[in-house]
Amino acid sequence: MIDVALIGAGKMGISHLSILGAHPDVRVSGVSDTSKLVTDVLKKFTKFPVYHDYEQMLNEVNADAVFVAVPTKFHAPMVKRLLGENKHVFAEKPFCLTAEEGKELVQLAEAKNLVNQVGYHNKFVGTFRELKKIVDGGFLGKLFHFTGEVSGPVVVRPKQDNWRVDPAEGGGCLMDYASHILDLIISTLGPVESVKGSLLKPIYSSKVEDSVYSLLELSSKLSGVLLANWSDITYRKMSTSLTIQGNKGKIICDANELKVFFYSSDVPGGYSRGWNVKYVTDLTDEVDFYLRGEEYSAQIDYFIKAIRKEVPNTLNNFQSAWQTDKAISLIKHSNQIK
Amino acid sequence: MTRILFGDNQFFAVNHISDEKSRAQALKFKDDSAIIKTLDYAIGAGIDTFMCTTHERIFNICDFVREHPAKYENFTFYPCLPYAHKYANAVTELGIVGTLKEYTPGNFFASIFKGGFAYLSKDYLSIMELLIDAELKMFKGLKTPVIFLQNVITDLLLGLQMKDILKAFHDYIIKKYNAEPGFITMNMPKLLSVCDEIGIENPIICTSINKAGFRMSGGKELYEKVLHTKKARIIAMQVFAGGAISSKEAIEYVCTLPNIQSILFGASSQGNIQETVSLIRHYDLAFKEKIA
Repeated sequence: MIDVALIGAGKMGISHLSILGAHPDVRVSGVSDTSKLVTDVLKKFTKFPVYHDYEQMLNEVNADAVFVAVPTKFHAPMVKRLLGENKHVFAEKPFCLTAEEGKELVQLAEAKNLVNQVGYHNKFVGTFRELKKIVDGGFLGKLFHFTGEVSGPVVVRPKQDNWRVDPAEGGGCLMDYASHILDLIISTLGPVESVKGSLLKPIYSSKVEDSVYSLLELSSKLSGVLLANWSDITYRKMSTSLTIQGNKGKIICDANELKVFFYSSDVPGGYSRGWNVKYVTDLTDEVDFYLRGEEYSAQIDYFIKAIRKEVPNTLNNFQSAWQTDKAISLIKHSNQIK
Repeated sequence: MTRILFGDNQFFAVNHISDEKSRAQALKFKDDSAIIKTLDYAIGAGIDTFMCTTHERIFNICDFVREHPAKYENFTFYPCLPYAHKYANAVTELGIVGTLKEYTPGNFFASIFKGGFAYLSKDYLSIMELLIDAELKMFKGLKTPVIFLQNVITDLLLGLQMKDILKAFHDYIIKKYNAEPGFITMNMPKLLSVCDEIGIENPIICTSINKAGFRMSGGKELYEKVLHTKKARIIAMQVFAGGAISSKEAIEYVCTLPNIQSILFGASSQGNIQETVSLIRHYDLAFKEKIA
């Protein structure tokens, strides 16, 4: 059994808590949240030890690992403290407010040999995993362009009252929404080296951007476009897609389906020349407990397995999430809208 | 429960395998009249039960059915609540407390949260009851013999082991609505064990069951074993596994399993509705003859 504590039982935290609660190899040793309403409900209806103050929880409960699902601005000090106490850490995305903050944590986790992971769940979606295999196999030939998009209906009216619209707390479409596709671009194609220009546009919000349009250049010199909009009411929920064009093929991939066109017969097994379509239903590994999507259970399972040394701690580790933080900061600095 | 239930995913751009198909569906069902027309196709094919979410557009459908009592004399709704995306988006936007304030009617929330935080479990259950009432208001005067808790909530509570809330939902639906409570879940074997523990006998459970094993948490074999050994009224959903298997194979598989009382499916065209219905009738008959 792995003893796991969780800090922050908000939207993502409560989902993690439920998956952890159902995990056969996990014992939830404590939950903390600053909302009295949340802790009161958890106390009355669950068997988990519940705390208002996370420091008190850490002093009183046994935890091999800790989940951090609080607003981004608290990530760096909390994670630093947890690593200092030799805890394995799963942090929500984005990793930190600045690239400087993250760098120190990457080094600390490595030096202490602790398992570290960030919740970029797309990497556990079957279609995106398949996309990476095809790209890594070189089947698209020499790449010349990519388009990464993410859209959804988060901020769809002017009245807002929470940390997601406060830039000081890590709010805004860039950190919250665009980080998902940015992380996927980086993990599939390589780190962002420079940003040629960005438009961070408000739509409804007064203090943060609601959309991000950016021209990126990767360390491989491949360039492409990032389009993110969290105020798009034409979407029912978050939709993420990545299109990559090479001289031997083109691929269009989202969380539901992967469409790929190969110009020649040099194709991976199970594919043929011309258009191919694969659905997530064919590419998804079964999970023991399902909530909102297989990927949420799969990422937690991976983290627990990494602690048990059954998988390497390579997917979504701090190092990889820090690359995304660095790209976020490049985009911020290239904003053309003053 | 009737053998075949008609679902509503296609009306609200819910497609598990393609965003493009979702958009095409959203265009096709932009007007309520397109939804009514498709429901009429289903009725024409012999399906009288519509299992639907409490999506805001169902409100208009309910009105239409109420306005045409003769035409929809036998028409029955199985509401599934809550419409989760509404709340999920609201929680992102307003936080948990803000969302509760937004969706609990009147000043109830404000009044119970005045003066400190010493609340009893039953206060929270009263909030749940108010939210249920708010979601079910649109069905007033219509037949709703079975009322479901959506999988995202069932499964969230299941993982959190909030068994008392599952039981409270169950009891409230019986007491207030004189209806049978049902649970939608992606974790049927786990839920069934919890139902045993909290004394819910022979529960109505709507869950993914398909030949591909898609969304059958813990595995297809486990589901088959549970179906063969435990007592429950199961509704099979996602029988086509999002299109991964042929309709013939898909229907043949669910029709030969024990304990499956109903099959839930959704379709956009008259042809697809008729095809699925006749496949179910065909394999039901074939299976009956085989065991006789």
